[in-house]
Amino acid sequence: MNTIAAVAGHNETLRTGAASAPRRLTTLPEHIVEVISDSGEGAQRCGQSLGAIAARTGNGIWTTEIIPAEIQPPARSVAGASGIRIRIGSNAVTNGGDETDLVVSFNEQVLLGRVRDRELKPGAQILLESMWRDHRDPKIVESFAQTVEMLKSAGYRVYEIPLERECKALIADPRKGKNMFVLGMLCSIYSFDAKLAHEQVARTFGKKDAKVVSVNQGLLEAGFKWAEANLDFKYAIPATRSTSPQIVVNGNTAIALGVLASGMDICAMYPITPATSASHYLSDVFEKVGGIVHQAEDEIAACAFAIGASYAGKCAVTITSGPGYSLKQEGIGLAVMAEIPLVVVNVQRGGPSTGQPTKVEQGDLLTAIYGSHGDAPKVVMAASDIEDCFYSMITARKIAETFNTVVVVLSDASLATAQQPFSRPEFDANWLAPPVDQTPVPAGAKPYDWDAVTGIARRFVPGQPNGMHTLTGLAHDRGSKVAYDPDTNEEGLRRRSLKIVALQKTLQPPAIHGDAEGDLLVIGWGSTKGVIEEAVDRLRAEGCRVSSLHLRFIQPMQPGIREILRRFARVIAIEGNWSDRLEDELVDEDNRRYSALAMMLRSRFLVDVDCWTQSRGQPIKPAEVVRVLRTKLEGEAS
Amino acid sequence: MSMPITQCLIKLHEEHHDLEDYQGGVPRWCSGCGDNAILTAVQRLCRDENLAPERTVFVSGIGCSSRFPHYMKTYGFHGIHGRAFPIAEGVKMARPDLAVFVNTGDGDCCSIGAAHWIHAIRYNMNLTMILHDNHVYGLTKKQASPTSPIGFKSNTTPRGSMLNALNPLTVTLGVTNVSFVAQAVDWIPELLYDIIRAAYLHRGFSFLRIIQRCPEFLPKMFDPWLHDPGKTLLLSHPDGLTVSPELARTYRNQIEHDPSDIDRAREIASDEDPIPVGILYRNPDVPCYETLRGAGQLRTTDQIRSGLETELDKFTIWPEDDAGKRQAA
Repeated sequence: MNTIAAVAGHNETLRTGAASAPRRLTTLPEHIVEVISDSGEGAQRCGQSLGAIAARTGNGIWTTEIIPAEIQPPARSVAGASGIRIRIGSNAVTNGGDETDLVVSFNEQVLLGRVRDRELKPGAQILLESMWRDHRDPKIVESFAQTVEMLKSAGYRVYEIPLERECKALIADPRKGKNMFVLGMLCSIYSFDAKLAHEQVARTFGKKDAKVVSVNQGLLEAGFKWAEANLDFKYAIPATRSTSPQIVVNGNTAIALGVLASGMDICAMYPITPATSASHYLSDVFEKVGGIVHQAEDEIAACAFAIGASYAGKCAVTITSGPGYSLKQEGIGLAVMAEIPLVVVNVQRGGPSTGQPTKVEQGDLLTAIYGSHGDAPKVVMAASDIEDCFYSMITARKIAETFNTVVVVLSDASLATAQQPFSRPEFDANWLAPPVDQTPVPAGAKPYDWDAVTGIARRFVPGQPNGMHTLTGLAHDRGSKVAYDPDTNEEGLRRRSLKIVALQKTLQPPAIHGDAEGDLLVIGWGSTKGVIEEAVDRLRAEGCRVSSLHLRFIQPMQPGIREILRRFARVIAIEGNWSDRLEDELVDEDNRRYSALAMMLRSRFLVDVDCWTQSRGQPIKPAEVVRVLRTKLEGEAS
Repeated sequence: MSMPITQCLIKLHEEHHDLEDYQGGVPRWCSGCGDNAILTAVQRLCRDENLAPERTVFVSGIGCSSRFPHYMKTYGFHGIHGRAFPIAEGVKMARPDLAVFVNTGDGDCCSIGAAHWIHAIRYNMNLTMILHDNHVYGLTKKQASPTSPIGFKSNTTPRGSMLNALNPLTVTLGVTNVSFVAQAVDWIPELLYDIIRAAYLHRGFSFLRIIQRCPEFLPKMFDPWLHDPGKTLLLSHPDGLTVSPELARTYRNQIEHDPSDIDRAREIASDEDPIPVGILYRNPDVPCYETLRGAGQLRTTDQIRSGLETELDKFTIWPEDDAGKRQAA
């Protein structure tokens, strides 16, 4: 869909107060809008509110936050862009989509960053704060004028908007209110119901006093009226309101709600971006139902605390991101060795080392599966959308306690802050952990009475009479006695590994998106699901014989994959992590480092799985995947 | 002595335990190791306090000291190096009804686990912590530990260690929320038992350092203290330790020290020769973290369900025809 064509020919700078021609209403199937500002100017709140209004209208939405690494990056800096992108569609939206169609920017510098990152569509509409044109600093004036000229000559349609001036009439410090003015403008542009918008502002500022709400509603109204009077374009994205209740939250909130719903009691954590907001929300609500969030002195302690709590009670959870996950490895190994249930959430960010704290990457898959020294088999799941973040926590808790093992749930910086509506979960008492077993242990029972087939042993919890034993990270026998003899060591390794196999037998084969056979199969995991499926749909609409498979479980892998792979001429993994490129001079088939999932699939199924990956810190775009898949399909044809 | 019949029935019903009820595996410590004395004293304490073995947990890290749980017949958690504190804290937070002990060594606590040690003091959870301080890494075969004396020749300090020994008592007494600090030596069993008992009875984080002989790697280290009772300073007080007349005849170097006096406690702790033995500090009024956090609450399915529904309500978009239902809910 080409929105540019729909409103072509409006490349002039808009001057305030100028009477405009009657607004042209264009109906669109979807649009991507972005609001960016310096940090602290409220672009995210504006965008989140817009997303909520769109969702309440019945539109599909996906929000993507643009977060600078610093709390207060320098004002008017290219790297300091803080904001949000909202993809609004007529139907359900499963990912952030391609480039932005319309952007509202509070200054020209933050905008430049987005232009340089190629995040704007060619010819995109830019609504730019005009105050800089008359700034007292001549350097700023010059920079602004130059940038606007550059943008125009690059084909963008720039509209200068006097945000500051308009807001000044209503509040003393427009920096604190522009965002709601912009929200009003955008509600007018996208033809959203003014009443819904008013309600959303009330909801957004609900915790503050009534005066704050009314001031912001005033700004909203002013923005709305200004756009009605001064802009010559208007869009409508038809919506169908769902007939069932929908929840709108981001992935981290969904994880926290999932912890609540799983019946887990204790979450131990240490602050780390981009995982912490899950614990923030959980800290706020967990105590109301008797749960506890413990902020430990470090990541290692958070993991050990969760292990101690799990050992003595119900399964506990620790939530972290890459660097924290690395620190937890020894603890995770202990939980595997001693067979203590534990849920570890890793909201992945860019790595290695401190990497890109606020940016998305899927770089931790192999460390999640193989991390920790020795053979430490554990379960690794990946949430693929916001709804999945919620249900993964319930599933993870259940698996951890059934198999007395560690379950790692991978999310990422993209899911962490993305919002997408999903059906309101209907509570099921079976989600909850059973009460802590305090019944006497039968005489003669052993703490590691491994089942010969499944490797599962009944766990003894402190408080259970007759169950006394000393659990240890040392090699041990069925009685939990330290044992160094070869047979006992091997038996422990074997039983712990068998549990993963046993879990695999309970899993369902993954559903194929598209036909069950064809020329090309795309495989992914985690947050790329919506992107891959959208790309596959676009190509299928053109008649390409391409399908996709998205793995929820990576360790163990769901059954049936081998048969699925066999039915496609070629297979490619698409992931947000690193893989060597064959165009690099020294890279060849013998030394190429494949992407994580591709490597897993190649080694397990002996299938020549290719990979295409991107680790630029930005969500992968469907158009890029389409391009890659098309090349792959053409390569096959030739 | 008469007793109401109901009391008799209660007494009859109560389980009483013997020392054997707490004796687990046969200790594999070297003969002459001070850990054996600590084990005996702790088993006596469990018996005398009638601790239910199934409701008692010994958590340890790694090192000679940390083999301790294996030799008890209670629940035990032999964890990983330096992490006994956070594991024990997790146990206590999940199950404040359990009696939880922590066994750690000078390497485990004062080196690799130092961060957790500081924060364990600050959390002040109701844990009884025993620092088995033998001034050396034993299990890894003789390396200098943070509490090794300066000049100590070990496998990693062949020309003698160059740093002054860390003083665990002054460190502990310097941390916010410290609520109990005591010191014992393995070679005076009577006081060892009394001090362990005081540590157990304190409600809060009891930091007990036990100076412990390592016959293998530091065989002569404490000879001067063993041969000269004057090199031991007994801290007595009506609110602290009371010294029996028999013991007082041998250990004449005594002072009265009020355990509520933290300034004096810090002074005493700073002086390492003579070795102070007794209760340096006790403040029963420091709140326990698990109490502050409301640990051990009973959670019902209905509670969780209504908590979750309340949260979901905040984020729900209701279908238009459901607006009435939402109002009702």
